[in-house]
Amino acid sequence: MQISMTVNGNEVSSEIEPRVLLVHYIREVLGLTGTHWGCDTSNCGTCVVLMDGQPVKSCTVLAAMAAGHDIRTVEGLATGATLDPVQQGFMEEHGLQCGFCTPGMMLTARALLDKNPHPDAGEIRQAISGQICRCTGYATIVRSVQWAAAHPAAVAGAGLEGAAEVLDGTDTVVEDVATETDDAEVKA
Amino acid sequence: MQIPAPFDYVRATTVDNALELLTRHGPDSRIIAGGHSLLPMMKLRLARPEWLIDINDLYELDYILRDGGELRVGALTRHTTLLEADEIAELFPIVRDAEQVIADPVVRNRGTIGGSLCQADPAEDLSTVCHVLGAVAVVRGPAGERTLTMPEFHRGPYQTAVGQDELLCEVRFPIRPRTGSAYEKVERRAGDWAVGAAGAAVTLAEDGSIADAAVGLTALGLDQTVAGVAGLLRGKHPSEELFADAGRLAAEASDPVADQRGPVDYKRHLADELTRRVLRRACARAAQTAAQTQEG
Amino acid sequence: MTVINERESNPAAGDPDRPIGYGRIQRKEDPRFVRGKGNYIDDLVLPGMLHGAILRAPVAHARLVSIDTTNALSHPKVLAVITGKDLEGLKLAWAPTLSADVQAVLVTDKVRFQGQEVAFVVAEDRYAARDALELIDVEYDVLPPLVDARKALDADAPVIRDEIPGRTDNKIFDWEIGSAAETDAVFASADVVVSQEVVYPRVHPAPMETCGAVADFDPVDGKLTLYETTQAPHAHRTLFAIVAGIPEHKIRIVSPDIGGGFGNKVGIYPGYILAVVGSIVTGRPVKWVEDRSENLMSTSFARDYIMQGEIAATKDGKILALRTNVLADHGAFNATAQPTKNPAGFFSIFTGSYDLQAAYCKVTGVYTNKAPGGVAYACSFRVTEAVYLVERMVDVLARKLEMDPAELRLKNFIKPEQFPYANKTGWVYDSGNYEAAMRLSMELAGYEDLRREQQEKRAKGELMGIGVAFFTEVVGAGPRKHFNIVGLGMADGAELRVHPTGKAVVRLSVQSQGQGHETTFAQIVAEELGIPPENIDVVHGDTDQTPFGLGTYGSRSTPVSGGAVALVARKVREKAKLIAAAMLETRPEDLEWEKGRWFVKGDPTAGKTIEDIAMAAHGTLTLPEGVDGNLDAEVTYDPPNLTFPFGAYICVVDVDPGTGHVKVRRFIAVDDCGTRINPMIIEGQVHGGLTDGVGMALMEIIEFDADGNNLGGSFMDYLIPTAMEVPDWETGFTVTPSPHHPIGAKGIGESATVGSPPAIVNAVVDALAPFGVVHMDMPCTPARVWAAMQGRARPPV
Repeated sequence: MQISMTVNGNEVSSEIEPRVLLVHYIREVLGLTGTHWGCDTSNCGTCVVLMDGQPVKSCTVLAAMAAGHDIRTVEGLATGATLDPVQQGFMEEHGLQCGFCTPGMMLTARALLDKNPHPDAGEIRQAISGQICRCTGYATIVRSVQWAAAHPAAVAGAGLEGAAEVLDGTDTVVEDVATETDDAEVKA
Repeated sequence: MQIPAPFDYVRATTVDNALELLTRHGPDSRIIAGGHSLLPMMKLRLARPEWLIDINDLYELDYILRDGGELRVGALTRHTTLLEADEIAELFPIVRDAEQVIADPVVRNRGTIGGSLCQADPAEDLSTVCHVLGAVAVVRGPAGERTLTMPEFHRGPYQTAVGQDELLCEVRFPIRPRTGSAYEKVERRAGDWAVGAAGAAVTLAEDGSIADAAVGLTALGLDQTVAGVAGLLRGKHPSEELFADAGRLAAEASDPVADQRGPVDYKRHLADELTRRVLRRACARAAQTAAQTQEG
Repeated sequence: MTVINERESNPAAGDPDRPIGYGRIQRKEDPRFVRGKGNYIDDLVLPGMLHGAILRAPVAHARLVSIDTTNALSHPKVLAVITGKDLEGLKLAWAPTLSADVQAVLVTDKVRFQGQEVAFVVAEDRYAARDALELIDVEYDVLPPLVDARKALDADAPVIRDEIPGRTDNKIFDWEIGSAAETDAVFASADVVVSQEVVYPRVHPAPMETCGAVADFDPVDGKLTLYETTQAPHAHRTLFAIVAGIPEHKIRIVSPDIGGGFGNKVGIYPGYILAVVGSIVTGRPVKWVEDRSENLMSTSFARDYIMQGEIAATKDGKILALRTNVLADHGAFNATAQPTKNPAGFFSIFTGSYDLQAAYCKVTGVYTNKAPGGVAYACSFRVTEAVYLVERMVDVLARKLEMDPAELRLKNFIKPEQFPYANKTGWVYDSGNYEAAMRLSMELAGYEDLRREQQEKRAKGELMGIGVAFFTEVVGAGPRKHFNIVGLGMADGAELRVHPTGKAVVRLSVQSQGQGHETTFAQIVAEELGIPPENIDVVHGDTDQTPFGLGTYGSRSTPVSGGAVALVARKVREKAKLIAAAMLETRPEDLEWEKGRWFVKGDPTAGKTIEDIAMAAHGTLTLPEGVDGNLDAEVTYDPPNLTFPFGAYICVVDVDPGTGHVKVRRFIAVDDCGTRINPMIIEGQVHGGLTDGVGMALMEIIEFDADGNNLGGSFMDYLIPTAMEVPDWETGFTVTPSPHHPIGAKGIGESATVGSPPAIVNAVVDALAPFGVVHMDMPCTPARVWAAMQGRARPPV
């Protein structure tokens, strides 16, 4: 069947089997492999994308069902070299390790902040509670979203691999570790 | 990844069109709304419909509106909408209680009240909610519209009165003054199906005694409300002893099965414990509502 | 109390103005991940690539009667259907495991666990491959399954491995360590002896990315390029050479970005081999990626230890000895990934953090009709089981003695002056200051206040529990003379090249699965060479581009490869010194090193930076004799000992007395991993491990029913904590560098997974003390907690 939808602002149109899952359509037909998948039962949330601005699990939406809708994936978060504050927040606060759940987490965070620009930690935890991260233990994801909430202006330049470092070597911030406040530190 | 077997897909444009499609494609067609129950079953190839009729475009079924003494909720209303609707939370706090623990926020963005009720999973929460609130299901089919009480609608695990060629279109909740309701669920983890859950609705009389009450159980082997609760509570003032008596009644009425979530004795205990809790909370909420009514 | 401050602890960190090296910096790998530009196995698409799918056994134990692939082969998009019979012809039906056993790649004779591989379909696309699985007709003759390890050695137990000539039972090994006689003697004369069965149930690492491979065999030059989710690419290359008979120089293993490993991606699974066979058979690249159920049901599980523990002490709380007898369920094949000589991994460190007079353990490994594996899920080669046992036993003893569990631990710790400390089972602990860590965690927790609050709550009928656990990890395997995996010594290589402009590339044998190697190892080189981390690229995961080494698991990357990287950088620094001397026309011994430059002693203005030296090395300078024209070096690091990170954890839980629901209210983790390279990454590693602990303690379990059905075969049934179940972690640290490690680092990857489960279970049991509960097994689900409150605690297996 023929479907068309908007993905990251672009009109796309394809001939597909009706059973094609949205996650496969995004990854394999459109080649946008930033959207991952981690289970078959809509439990892990790795495959989250935004559909008309709302997080949905793309393993449990048929591409056919998404036809006519507006889809946003991780590739649509940044604008060129300008990262979404959520992306910057995840880098600032170590909201990711293996990076596999990260796109879904960031998209949910984006949708949350669009609806509620100043969520508290409980609201952030609730918002991401349908998504599993096996690496971070979530606290740094909460901090990452809070960072984004505190820095709502998009972050230009940072994070564009290679190019950013060439253009602006200051994006890697070396902090005095002794000033870290998140750790309960004790000095001699 | 697991992948469904091939099928054909069609999008319904109106309720009438959906009904036409159901008739045309017959028993091998299935309605899909949120899809979070059906698609996983299809991926496991335990469900193999030949046709999927997508009703997500039927915006005419996505509404919450107050109509005299009833609140009418369209079958395509998403869980998120139900959770966030302040009017519902005010009239039927049990709905917000339940919606907060139905699946997870992302799934709630897709799942619908109609889908939940029609799936009729024994661990599904909204069936219990609708039972205790005395909701009515409006079902349309080729022969027209029929209105079913929850006991008529909900026939047991995975079974409803909705015929193959019919569509659940609306759920109507009677609005009762001086009423409070509550839901509580025990789950192993956020987003897990209930180990057990209970819901209650209580209406108070002017003198603060209980005028009417209903208790329902989820995942505890009881498809209908707990029989005899209204009889037990009616005319009496809320008290811990009364809640305990109702809890015992619920435990006796429950008929749970042992599974990974727990053995029978534990689940029966939950029927008791959670019944007491939801009655306690429902009574408190009813009293609060009654006080507000008086002030107003 | 002396707690060492991070800056002081760092041997190289004298100057506060130094611009480089260790410290909290953002990760170099993050820009690609936040943009969705990671490159995971399923992202890989090769021209002409086909897709494989595995047909799996629906039952746990059955004779294979027949397989009919006719209908599948007639599917228009199917290119090949491979069965066990086909593999027998290629001598590939059975593959060696990492524990001197063999494992069926595809069933030839008998199904031995539910989900076992029966046939492999190769098709044009993944949908067709899946469809074709339904077209294969298999006839099974179902046999009674054995899923209860306690019955594995019964006389009437079905013999699972009856294909092995002469085998009449299910025992894999008996292994013992420590002196039974000495231990018995200490027990016989002890004031107090307590016993407890402690079960560590079967769990699964379940990384968010499942396992997969893309095999690309080039029939013209005979070269196999195998992209795999592997934590140990070099070991896989050698093993593939052995298994498949392909010459090793014709095998290139590429491990792309890995979406979490946790030990799940150490072994070679049948699917990887089948992808290779599929590629050889079809002459085209073949991708195989397992679904979640395949992951949970067939790849490496973890734990499954039934431990009988006994602890002996004086009546005033001096712990004297520990004794344990373990029944280890290894599943249908002994495929445990562990050093060859250690059939129970490093379980013999069950003596924990305590100064004992005697210790003895016996472990019996058995076959059952369950998936193979055993060492995975951040277990540090079964230190998880060991620490859980000892930390539960100490709490059981504390209850018996009516002593505070923290006090009992403090009384029995190995003291700082006792290091290096030789325990009773053959380990030599490198360094430690256990009391400092314990006291810090108690201070951070407000331990006394918590105990007071608990008393108040108990008086009101509320159930609050405070759990204490202390662990000593043993990581960084290891010295080649003691540790090897299938004969490969557990050393790791590093190559460092400094380009003419002073930018560097370091090549590693280990492979990150999210640990941040591209940052941490750049920081180590930065620290040693005095060039900023952003000027250092880390290359890993491709055997054609990196030196040999055994890979990333058992928290060994920083202890082993970290040592290699520090040493290779020092080698480059020494070479730079010779070149600098030539540039400055002075003698090397007259030079002094500081902040990335060599300068003439007494004349700091006369110096050459690494950048200057790199350009000169590649330029026209007349080099000193014996110095070749580059600034490169390579080393293979054979660690002199393992490293012994440790930590003190305190967990606070609230238990709902009516439902048994456990809420982890607080968790305080004090870790000591020696020298700290990037505190942000360390904290992240700790947080992740603590979350694993909540998972195992409260919800994760792979159970089987009596018919051998796996009851944890999807994420609907195998529960992993969400953000709702875990608290905002409270972390602290002490720093006790390893005396033998080049930079004093000890490793951190698995500490929290090892240390947190006993802290949580101890807290739950503590909460249930008013009910007389002294022990309950994991997972502490509401139903199981409630049963314990009724005096009906039961083991999960």
